[in-house]
Amino acid sequence: MKMVSRALMGATALCAISGMALADGHATTITIATVNNGDMIRMQGYTDQFTEDTGISVEWVTLEENVLRQRVTTDITTNGGQFDIMTIGMYETPIWGANGWLVPLDGLSEEYNVDDILPAMAGGLSHDGTLYAAPFYGESSMVMYRTDLMEAAGLEMPDAPTWEFIAEAAAAMTDRENDVNGICLRGKPGWGEGGAFITAMSNSFGARWFDEDWNAQFDTEEWANTLNFYNDMMQASGPAGFATNGFTENLNLFNQGLCGMWIDATVAASFVTNPDDSEYADSVGFALAPDNGLGRRSNWLWAWALAIPAGTQQEEAAMTFLEWATSTDYIEMVAANEGWANVPPGARISLYENPDYQAVPFAQMTLDSILSADPNNPTVDPVPYVGVQFAAIPEFAGIATEVSQEFSAAYAGQQTIEEALATAQAITNEAMEAAGYR
Amino acid sequence: MARAVTNQRKALNTVIAWSIGFLIFFPILWTILTSFKTEADAIANPPIFLGFDWTLENYAEVMDRSNYARFLSNSILIAGGSTILGIIIAIPAAWSMAFVPSRRTKDILLWMLSTKMLPAVGVLYPIYLLCIQLGVLDNRFALVVILMLINLPIIVWMLYTYFREIPGEILEASRMDGASLKEEILYVLTPMAVPGIASTLLLNFILAWNEAFWTLNLTSVDAAPLTAFIASYSSPEGLFFAKLSAASTMAIAPILILGWFSQKQLVRGLTFGAVK
Amino acid sequence: MATQSSRSAARIMMAPAVFLLLVWMLVPLGMTLWFSVRSYLPLRGGDQGFVGLENFSRFISSSAFWPAVQTTLFIVGGVLVISIVFGIMLALLLDQPLWGQGVVRILVIAPFFVMPTVSALVWKNMFMDPVNGVFAHLWRFFGGDPVVWLTEVPVFSIVMIVSWQWLPFATLILLTAIQSLDSEQLEAAEMDGAKWTSRFAYIILPHLGRAITIVILIQTIFLLAVFAEIFVTTGGAFGTRTLTYLIYQRVLESQNVGLGSAGGVYAIILANIVAIFLMRIVGKNLDK
Repeated sequence: MKMVSRALMGATALCAISGMALADGHATTITIATVNNGDMIRMQGYTDQFTEDTGISVEWVTLEENVLRQRVTTDITTNGGQFDIMTIGMYETPIWGANGWLVPLDGLSEEYNVDDILPAMAGGLSHDGTLYAAPFYGESSMVMYRTDLMEAAGLEMPDAPTWEFIAEAAAAMTDRENDVNGICLRGKPGWGEGGAFITAMSNSFGARWFDEDWNAQFDTEEWANTLNFYNDMMQASGPAGFATNGFTENLNLFNQGLCGMWIDATVAASFVTNPDDSEYADSVGFALAPDNGLGRRSNWLWAWALAIPAGTQQEEAAMTFLEWATSTDYIEMVAANEGWANVPPGARISLYENPDYQAVPFAQMTLDSILSADPNNPTVDPVPYVGVQFAAIPEFAGIATEVSQEFSAAYAGQQTIEEALATAQAITNEAMEAAGYR
Repeated sequence: MARAVTNQRKALNTVIAWSIGFLIFFPILWTILTSFKTEADAIANPPIFLGFDWTLENYAEVMDRSNYARFLSNSILIAGGSTILGIIIAIPAAWSMAFVPSRRTKDILLWMLSTKMLPAVGVLYPIYLLCIQLGVLDNRFALVVILMLINLPIIVWMLYTYFREIPGEILEASRMDGASLKEEILYVLTPMAVPGIASTLLLNFILAWNEAFWTLNLTSVDAAPLTAFIASYSSPEGLFFAKLSAASTMAIAPILILGWFSQKQLVRGLTFGAVK
Repeated sequence: MATQSSRSAARIMMAPAVFLLLVWMLVPLGMTLWFSVRSYLPLRGGDQGFVGLENFSRFISSSAFWPAVQTTLFIVGGVLVISIVFGIMLALLLDQPLWGQGVVRILVIAPFFVMPTVSALVWKNMFMDPVNGVFAHLWRFFGGDPVVWLTEVPVFSIVMIVSWQWLPFATLILLTAIQSLDSEQLEAAEMDGAKWTSRFAYIILPHLGRAITIVILIQTIFLLAVFAEIFVTTGGAFGTRTLTYLIYQRVLESQNVGLGSAGGVYAIILANIVAIFLMRIVGKNLDK
């Protein structure tokens, strides 16, 4: 009893203190919801700088990706008004923009130089030619490999490898005795995890999610080829339990020296080349994501971007922050303090024209990867949707998560590839029918 | 002779019980240890048990990044407030069920428990819309009320079982002495039920502290408790075990300490009337 | 015994709690029922109008429905069995004389204080990871092939994580009950030459009946709502999708509130079936 009452008294005192600290603040405060990735954490660290420059205070709501998505989606669809800026991706932006939920970014200032944003990024963050979110960083995917292991296997990685070569190299680099896996890839269920990877991969095999009449295409040979190729290669040369590996799990494996190759987000490059995180940082090479000679590579395109919900009370202050955080000045400030390898990549043309940045080992490959992905034309055969590793329709996230769960169950050996594809086909058609597409 | 056997048996019991206790506690211990490692040591292969370079950098970084004091005070306020409010409402209800039982008492109790069976996520949108209408999103008091309602059935039930164990003659005696109903509850009944009320408080404080659906979905800044604090450290891009462990340790430490100091009370009170 | 006036006083005193819970039950229930007959799609602009029972038929005819019900029952049942069996064993052990009883008791109840999200993250990343997990290291140390917990035995893995959290609760309640057991009765039985097994079966177990009932009742309510442990570990894949998780997927991942609400109604029905079933089996222990 005493304990409890004492604890409560302590709590009351703490509240009083934090309340005072708040009341003491500046006149304008904006609330920003963001994802807990490294670049955003760094941005959070510069908040004081921003407040000093503009007199605007910032409250951060930092959440992991899945929780953030759930939180901001609930708020935007109900017009809850909890946030003045939301961090969203290429999937959400066009859908929300089309619904009129975001403030269009057509009044950006002269100095901001909106034309400096990489066209691929601007295109993916627009609806009907209007920009609705400003890219904070952009990414594609590429091959990261251990140059020492590749050499030991007697092979040489081309700049633009084929899947055939990747499978061969993976088999050659695999050394089960020493726990070295030739290749690590995402298999984790979830549309943004294994789902994103396999969809991007399927593009290079000539597969697609939907035909032009929104019929699911999982009964095609292209999808069967994609999944069988992936699964055979991973069973032979991948790590144990790859069906639950996502970005983070693979990063850990790679940094521990347990992977020969890893195909994943280009932002991973700064982690695998950081000597603090990995003892293999000196022997990492990069190459474009593989293809099959069909004219499409297997890399995706993604941006984490800042958007302002329509109806915020602080539109002006929010716009000030948005311009500040996605400006070239911000990039230069981070570069001056923490080095060029740590600036948010993939958003600005001028960054890649900067000789200081060109010296960063993964800069050119990142740019080439981004430039080789086309969200408006992602597949070999024509499709009715926009997006490389997703289809920018509201129903996609739900469907793709269930489909990727079926795929992961097949990787784990709980069902065959054929069964997984048949179920995926049924789930997708059922959902599309319910949504009135077919 | 008999004495020696007892001691031998006691020693054996001690060894077994300590081993099992250690095994059950190990995940928590491991989390605490990991929180003092660097990110590289945290994923070292094979794992390092104690012989790593102890560092406080994870705690420093977490303190630097998050306003821990605000998350903590919100957790204490929401969990404590909802528990106390719940007790205040539950005592009269439990009293009447225990001392003036009717044929329907058991049905009412079971009905109360059944209100906990509606899956929370199914009503997220309705409740969110309702909170917007009432203007209580990100509001501590709204969360206090919601968590109180969630735990009220358990509180009523626990108190009811304690009250039922109090002999009715004592109440009758106090009534003879001319005590009013209010006095009877305040001065006779409540003091006798203090152990029960204390353990009810504790159990519901723990349940409210760990509630992670409403506290996460209905808050953003002002009312966000430690469950939201944890959500900012789980699964980012990059290495995170050590920082997550530090954040986890900070999130569970207050309740763990409270629990340890009060475990005797908790053990004594967690009977739900199972002991007669 | 009760007079007319105390009866009406009792009603008045019960009123606030009953009224509040009635509101708390009826408002969400009413809203769930309302949304369940409407097509409510937040990403398509909200309420699209009345659709009759379409959501109900769509939810139940989905291929995910029956497996989800099965998984739910399996997880609830599995955790109940593990926490009660091990809870009784632990409670018996802790009831024996031993050194440092207080400390051991603290170690055993500690998992109950850990937030479900935290415990799921810790188990998944630091214990069950097939490469870096503690279990994998243990297996390799003894020359075994590490188990890929979350794909080879997914439901069991979840049962294990949830059991770890709820075992302390069961142990505590069972321990308090055992401690109240009349030790003379046990000693007398021992004198009479009753074997350990028969002492357990005829004296201890019947005495624990009521405590077991309470553990089952309280835990079932919380176990039907298990969510964080699945969300963090498998995301509902590998056959770990419970009814609660399926509703989550419909509401938040597919953004179909109407369909999710229909699922909510089914979940209430399932919970009540389970409750009636439990009452039949164990309910008589509650009357006394």
